Amino acid sequence: MSPDDPSPVTRWGRLLGALVALGTTARAAARRGPVPRPPGAGEVDPSERTVPASPRAESIVAVLLLLAAVFAFAFTVLYIVLSGNTQLLGIAMGGALLLLAVACIVAGKLVVPQETHVEERGPLLVEEETEEVIHIIEAGGQGISRRALLVGAGGVAGAALLTATATPLASLGPTLGPLHHTPWARGVRLVDDEARPYLASDIQIGTFYTALPEHGDPEAFGAGLLVVRLPANFIDLPAARRDWAPYGILAYSKICPHAGCAISLYRYPTYAPTSQIPAFTCPCHYSTFLPGEGGRLIFGPAGRALPQLPLMVDGQGYLRAAGPFHEDIGPSWWGVHRSQS
Amino acid sequence: MNPIERYVHRRFARVSRSAEQRVGLAAGVRWALRYVFPDHWSFLLGEIALYSFIVLVATGIYLTLFYIPSDSQVIYHGPYALLQGEQMSEAYRSVLNISFTVPAGLLFRQVHHWAADVFIASIVLHLIRIFFTGAYRKPRDLNYFIGLTMLMLAILEGFAGYSLVDDLLSGMGLAIAYGVAVAIPGIGGQFATLIWGGPFPGNSTFWPRLEIVHVLLIPVTLAVLITLHLVMIMRQHHSQFPGPGRRERNVVGTPTWPAYALRSIGLMLAVAGVLFLLGGLIQINPIWQWGPYHPYLSENGAQPDWYIGWLIGALRLMPNWELVISGRTVIPNPFWGGAAFPLFVFAIMFAWPAIERRFTGDVRRHDLLERPRDRPIRTAIGAGFLSWVVIVFAVGSTDRIFYRLGVSYTLQIHVWRVGIWIIPIVVFFVTLSACRALQRTGAHPLRAWQGQVIQRTGDGRVEVLAGSPDRDTPPISEPPVGTAPAEEARSR
Ligand code: FES
Repeated sequence: MSPDDPSPVTRWGRLLGALVALGTTARAAARRGPVPRPPGAGEVDPSERTVPASPRAESIVAVLLLLAAVFAFAFTVLYIVLSGNTQLLGIAMGGALLLLAVACIVAGKLVVPQETHVEERGPLLVEEETEEVIHIIEAGGQGISRRALLVGAGGVAGAALLTATATPLASLGPTLGPLHHTPWARGVRLVDDEARPYLASDIQIGTFYTALPEHGDPEAFGAGLLVVRLPANFIDLPAARRDWAPYGILAYSKICPHAGCAISLYRYPTYAPTSQIPAFTCPCHYSTFLPGEGGRLIFGPAGRALPQLPLMVDGQGYLRAAGPFHEDIGPSWWGVHRSQS
Repeated sequence: MNPIERYVHRRFARVSRSAEQRVGLAAGVRWALRYVFPDHWSFLLGEIALYSFIVLVATGIYLTLFYIPSDSQVIYHGPYALLQGEQMSEAYRSVLNISFTVPAGLLFRQVHHWAADVFIASIVLHLIRIFFTGAYRKPRDLNYFIGLTMLMLAILEGFAGYSLVDDLLSGMGLAIAYGVAVAIPGIGGQFATLIWGGPFPGNSTFWPRLEIVHVLLIPVTLAVLITLHLVMIMRQHHSQFPGPGRRERNVVGTPTWPAYALRSIGLMLAVAGVLFLLGGLIQINPIWQWGPYHPYLSENGAQPDWYIGWLIGALRLMPNWELVISGRTVIPNPFWGGAAFPLFVFAIMFAWPAIERRFTGDVRRHDLLERPRDRPIRTAIGAGFLSWVVIVFAVGSTDRIFYRLGVSYTLQIHVWRVGIWIIPIVVFFVTLSACRALQRTGAHPLRAWQGQVIQRTGDGRVEVLAGSPDRDTPPISEPPVGTAPAEEARSR
C-alpha cells in the first residue's frame, strides 16, 4: 500500500459512492428497455465512464481470489488423500470456480472503470466493394471463349470425384439379408439365460419367462422370446396357428415390433370380475399385445402384431421351436415380411 | 505509479511491441477491446451455452482417456459388488471403471453429463429469446440457421454420448434409434444396417463408429459452427433493445475491456463452478443401477435425458398408423414420431424468417430488437407452436404420471391426442390478446402489476386505495434505418 492511501473514513465514503453509482447504473439499466425516446427530441448520448476506485472492493476481490486458491488446493489434497471422494472433489472444484467467478464479477462491476460506450455499426453491403469483387472474379475468366464447356466439364469431373470418394462408404454395409434372420428354426430348444433348457412343465400360468435359443447367439436381435402358459379359455388363435401352442404354452418374439425394445411387462388377471385379459406391454411406448390372440395389438403405436413362434414339446418334455418365425421380428422397415394371417 | 508497476508497464510494452513486429495485430486487438456488448440478461443465455460447451470439451477429453469403444463380452470383477461376475460389454465395463476406480472419474463423468443437459437447455432458451425478440431477422437470419443446425447437432451429440455407455438404459435408447432409422421410407433398411454394420445390435465396428462421431465429428463441426456464429455476430455487432440513444445504426453498451471481459469470464467460471457442484453433489445417470444391456432385456421406467423427451412423447402419442402398400411397409410407425415430427419442427423454424418476410414484406436490415408484445401475431404463433412441442415433450412423462398420480396411461394418451390440437390454438389466442393488452396499457408483465386496490366504505361506495404503480409507456419503435433500404432489399 502506498503512503497516500486514503483514511478508512474516506475509503468507506468511496465504497458508498461506488455502491450508489452502481445502484443508479443498475436502475438505469433496468429502466432502459421500456423508456421511450421522444420522437424529434435531440439525440441522447448514453456514453459515460466512471472509475469506481474502491480499495474496499479490491480487498474483497483479493480475499475471494485467495479463497479460490484454498479450494483449488483442497481439490489436489482431496484427490491424493481420499483418492477421489466425488462429493468433496465436486465441492472443492466447484467452490474454487465459483469463488473465482464472484471475484471476476465483483472486479468487473466495482473495481475496473465502468463504461457505457456507443459504437457505430457500419453498413454490411458496400455497393462499390461488392462490384469490385465481382469484377475481379469475372476478370479471371477474360479471353476464355468456351467458358460454358470448361465449367460443365469441371462440374462433371467434380461430381465424379465426389462420388468416387463417397463410394467406400458402402464398405460399412449395408446388408439387408440378415434382417430377415433369427436363430430360431425347427427343433431348437428353448433355454433360459443360464442356458438351462425349459421343460414344458416349468412354464406356469400367471407369469412370463424369457427364453433364448440353445447354442444360438443370445445377443442376436431375434433371440429373445416371451413364453407364457394360458388356460384354454384365454386362447383364441387364428386357424392356421391352432397347433402352435402345445399345452397352452405360447412363445412370442420379445422384441417389440414398434421400435425394438424388449417387452418386459405382463399382466395376468388375478380377480376375474375386474381384471382384463392377459397382455404383454412394452415399457418404451406401451404397445400392448394379446398373447391369447396371436399377439394382436390392442393399444399403443406398434404398426403390427407381435410375431409368434410355433412351439412343440419333445419326447423328454423339453420345449422346442416347431419352426422359424413366419414373419420378421423387430421394428418394421420397407422390406419387412409381415404376417399373412 | 510505483516502481513495480513501472517495471511491469515497461515489460508489457516491450512484449507488445515485439509481438506487433511479428504479427501486427494491434488494430484488430484495439477493435476487439472496444467492441461493445449491449447489457441485457437474456444475452447471457447464448454465453452459457458456449461456456457449457467448453466444460464439455474439457471433461470429455478426460473421459476419452479411459473409455473403450468395444462390444466384446467380458466378465466384471470390479469393486461394484452388485455386478460382480456379470457378463457385459467392454465399453460398459470401462464406464463402470471410470465411475468406480478412476479417481475423480465419477466427478468428471457427472459434470460432463450435467454440462450436456445445461448446454442444450441454454441453446433452447437462447433460441426462444432469439425468436420472440425478432433477432433472427436480416441480417441475422444466416446466423439463426447456424444456431438451429447447432441445436440439431447438440441433440444428436448428447444422444450419442449417453449411448456410448452401453448400459441397459442406453441400449434401449439405441434400439429405439435403430427402430427409427430402419423406418425411414425406402432406404431405412440400408441406412440402419450401414450405420450399425448389420442388423441391430450391429457388429463390433459400431462402437468405434459411435465414439468417433461423439468425440470428433460432431464436436469439431460444432466448434467450427460456433466460430462462424461468433465471427458473424462480431461482424454485424450485437442487436440491442431500443432505448435512449440506441438507434438502428449504433450499439450502446459495455466495451469488452475491462468490465465486460471480467464479467463474462466470471460467467464462464460460474457456469463451470455450478456444473462441478452439480456433478459432485447431484447424481445423474447412475449407469450401474440397471446393469448391462442385452437385446432381450429391458427395464420399466426408462427416462432418457430431457432433450430426448419430445421424441419419446411423439412416439407414444402417435396412433399405430403404418402405411403398407402391396406388401411394402412404406411408412413404418416410428418414422412419424422419431423422424417426421422433429424434422417438421426444425423445418418450420428454418422456414420462419422467409415465411415472415412473405407476410410482412419487410426485407430491410434490423438491428433493434422488438419486444414480444410489439409483434403480437409472431408472438402468438411462436407461443402456440412452442406449446405444441411442449405438450409432446410432456407426453414423454405420461407413464411417470401414471405411477406417481395413478392417472390412467391410456386415458392420458387419448386426452392428449385431442388436446395437442386444441391447446396450441387456445395458447395462440390468449397470447394474442395478452400482447394487445400489454401494448395498450404499457405495463410490464414482470415489473409491475395492474389493477386497483379497492375498499367498500360503510355507506356502500367503493374507494380506490391504490392504483397500478408507474406504468411504462411503450417505446415508440423506430423505423429501421438502412443505408439504402432499396438496395439492401434488392438481394434478400
Ligand atoms: S418399442 Fe415397444 S412400444 Fe415402442
